[in-house]
Amino acid sequence: MSRIGTIARRTFLVGSVAVVGGAAFGVYAARKPHPNPLQTGEGEAAITPYVRIDGGGVTLITPRADSGQGVYHVQAALIAEELDVDLDAIAIDPGPPAPAYWNTALGAEAAEFMVPAQGAMHNATEGVVTAAMKLMGLQITGGSTSVPDGFDKLRAAGASARETLKSAAAARSGVDVTLLETESGHVILPDGSRIAYPDLAPELAETPVVQDVPLRAPEDWRYIGKPMQRLDIVAKSTGTQTYGIDVEVEGMVHATVLLNPAQGGDLGDWDAAEALTMRGVTDIVPITGGLGIVADNTWRAFKAARAISAEWGAPDFPAEQEGHWAALEAAFTEEARDSRKRDDGDVEAALAEGEVIEAEYRAPYLAHAPLEPLSAIVRVNADSAEVWTGTQIPRFLQNNVARIAGIDAENVIVNAQMMGGSFGHRLEDEVVKHAAEIAVQMPGVPVKLTYSREEDMIHDYPRAIAMGRIRGRVSEGRVQALDLSIAQPSVMSSQMGRQGLSAPGPDSQIVAGAFEQPFALPHQRVTGYRATGLAPVSSWRSVGASSNGFFYNCALDELIHAAAADPLEERLRLVSDPLARAALEAVGEMSGWSGPTPEAGLGRGVALTRSFGVHCAQVVEVRDTEAGLRIARVWVAAEVGRIVDPVNFENLVQGGVIWGLGHAMNSEITYSGGVAQPDNFHDHAGMRIWQAPEIEVRGLENGDAVRGIGEPPVPPAAPALAGAIFAATGTRLREMPFNRSVTFA
Amino acid sequence: MKLTVNGTSHEVDVEEDMPLLWVLRDELGYKGVKYGCGIAQCGACTVHLDGVATRSCQIPAGSAEGAEVLTIEGLGQPDALHALQAAWIEHQVAQCGYCQSGQIMQAADLLSQVADPTDQDIDDAMGGNLCRCGTYPRIRAAIRSAAQAMKEV
Ligand code: FES
Ligand code: FES
Repeated sequence: MSRIGTIARRTFLVGSVAVVGGAAFGVYAARKPHPNPLQTGEGEAAITPYVRIDGGGVTLITPRADSGQGVYHVQAALIAEELDVDLDAIAIDPGPPAPAYWNTALGAEAAEFMVPAQGAMHNATEGVVTAAMKLMGLQITGGSTSVPDGFDKLRAAGASARETLKSAAAARSGVDVTLLETESGHVILPDGSRIAYPDLAPELAETPVVQDVPLRAPEDWRYIGKPMQRLDIVAKSTGTQTYGIDVEVEGMVHATVLLNPAQGGDLGDWDAAEALTMRGVTDIVPITGGLGIVADNTWRAFKAARAISAEWGAPDFPAEQEGHWAALEAAFTEEARDSRKRDDGDVEAALAEGEVIEAEYRAPYLAHAPLEPLSAIVRVNADSAEVWTGTQIPRFLQNNVARIAGIDAENVIVNAQMMGGSFGHRLEDEVVKHAAEIAVQMPGVPVKLTYSREEDMIHDYPRAIAMGRIRGRVSEGRVQALDLSIAQPSVMSSQMGRQGLSAPGPDSQIVAGAFEQPFALPHQRVTGYRATGLAPVSSWRSVGASSNGFFYNCALDELIHAAAADPLEERLRLVSDPLARAALEAVGEMSGWSGPTPEAGLGRGVALTRSFGVHCAQVVEVRDTEAGLRIARVWVAAEVGRIVDPVNFENLVQGGVIWGLGHAMNSEITYSGGVAQPDNFHDHAGMRIWQAPEIEVRGLENGDAVRGIGEPPVPPAAPALAGAIFAATGTRLREMPFNRSVTFA
Repeated sequence: MKLTVNGTSHEVDVEEDMPLLWVLRDELGYKGVKYGCGIAQCGACTVHLDGVATRSCQIPAGSAEGAEVLTIEGLGQPDALHALQAAWIEHQVAQCGYCQSGQIMQAADLLSQVADPTDQDIDDAMGGNLCRCGTYPRIRAAIRSAAQAMKEV
């Protein structure tokens, strides 16, 4: 039986029958589609890479990972929209890592990130990036791309599967296919009799796949745009959802790690004699940068880890936080210049005369810290391996486990698990590599590695630290010129480097959220500087825009204030994109905007950021109370082209706003003695319920392109809060987190 | 030692100081109880001990002996929902869902003490339960509707 057959069989299989494989559809951006990975053993018909039908029922393959955004549900709904199945009557399966599931939307976005907007470099570099993605078959979940990537592709897969089922029913019944209808998982014959899809599995083996089926018009949609009950909502409300950390495999042992507290440093001499005498502890083995501790219970492994003494090598970045800021300050040089993707008018000339407004802004490192600590189960046998984990990068980790185990990547089975959050954390696979390094030392034994919260947090690859310097000028009550310089480490080269890939050309994330903003100032320039020698970093919800959206909007606010203009009105005067204008007008209307200080003790701030193709505008209202500042209300408008599920949409937008506000209020990672601080939620918790404002959300559907909403609500939250605090208190906050300078209630 | 969980009594052979959380998860298989921080900062591990919401990561197994432990699995099941779970479904509170067992157990404790909680009561009672996904607005709404539903019974 094939490897994938094994997965399918274990998960669903009941019946017996045949294979229809190799079907692919004219919807991939790639010229030559990858083969259908669902080439199964007997008993199943894999009509497309996304629909499998067997005697037991209909299974929809939802390859984008679900870290909490309802991505499995949305993917299933998109297929079901055309397939005519009821969402409560199908099974879903994340499917195997396979090139057919590569993320074409991320390919385009990543290319956009990595190249300058114009010039000869553009095409050449885009070619390199796209080829690399194609080569790796990048089955990545990230960049808010699951919906854009799947919106046409998954509906087309559903439509094709539906028409193929009708064609199989026509062959069986002898009725002309044009007389057949479909409904609720059945083909309906003219006489009203019904054939359930699974009953057609035998015929499907003989039926050519019907391709290029026209998609239904929006007015005929049954699911898209309507409130739906998320497929995972009952399990997640009853404690019955199994996450990666809950998985148990026959014969499994529990493990944890003790890593060099300084990220990336070596393991020196170590002494585990005492730990080895502790109850339940069976093995302590060296791995890269630390030790694996194996026991018969997670807590026993944690406890033993604390009883080990070890010497550790130094990290290859500054041990103290001041050194990190100094490295950013030192990066504003011609040699370190990475990009200048925006250069309108003549900034130098405009700033040569009159008063120049200058300021420096800072954004700290931040941990991802999803509530579920990282874990992975890995079993390594002589020539195969199996992995159970929640991941956004199944293809990468498949290769990494294969390398560690010395086997072929196609012999590594990956069982993708539901994730208790990610925010970009699971775009890394260190935990899987550590589990594999332990597992190769115990052949045949499934090793379940669970990080303690402390290991998870201090060994996170955090959000990049960043510094923004602004210079600007106003005259006649208007903003005239802005020169924004940003220094950051390159998240792309750090992250891709860990996978053995290079990220050629400038890193757009250094300036994302600033260079492409929809405001037409007469003179405007955005320059990115690549800081080096800093801590390794990773993508954190909304990536570069999480800091740069703050710098850019605060720069506008400083200039607008100097011009004695209104923050919303001046933005509306400067805005250059009709979709962005509509978002700004919407929050103005929703909040009943009447200036930044509608009454004493109340302050309002406004921000708009374009990120991941989404224009998201926010107004934040802050009340200055005796106990401190209280965020009372937030109004959000986001342009996403098409809202697939309005309930889930609202939840995600509210969550994104809370994420952006909470971290801006109270969270940062700093380094001391080479070690990231803090290591748990006593600090860096983000927002708590008593701090959560009322958040009113409006989704806008004016644009043509379909966009994801996981990340875009984050960047405007911090600057809108800073604007509100300035309006309420007169204090201009230029450094996150804000609780360095103000007190929150 | 002997532990009573959701009305079932279990004989377990563990150290006195093993936190109840790990006895429940690794020894007895109650996986609805979650590990988030291990230091009483997140509430993911919340269970009821003799009816009181408690952080199971802070309770040594030895001191839970003789007490009634209630986990999310004992509060209600998909086919026999507790009013709070029904409200959580109605409001589609969960995103990743990892915090929600603890949130619901904490909310159940609140409603057992205050039948009709104000927003302030909710914020006070739920302050120790972290949700990294930011579902707080929905948690508030779900608690209010569960309180309403429980009054109507
Ligand atoms: S795991 Fe017990 S409070 Fe976080
Ligand atoms: S729903 Fe993800 S932590 Fe609460």
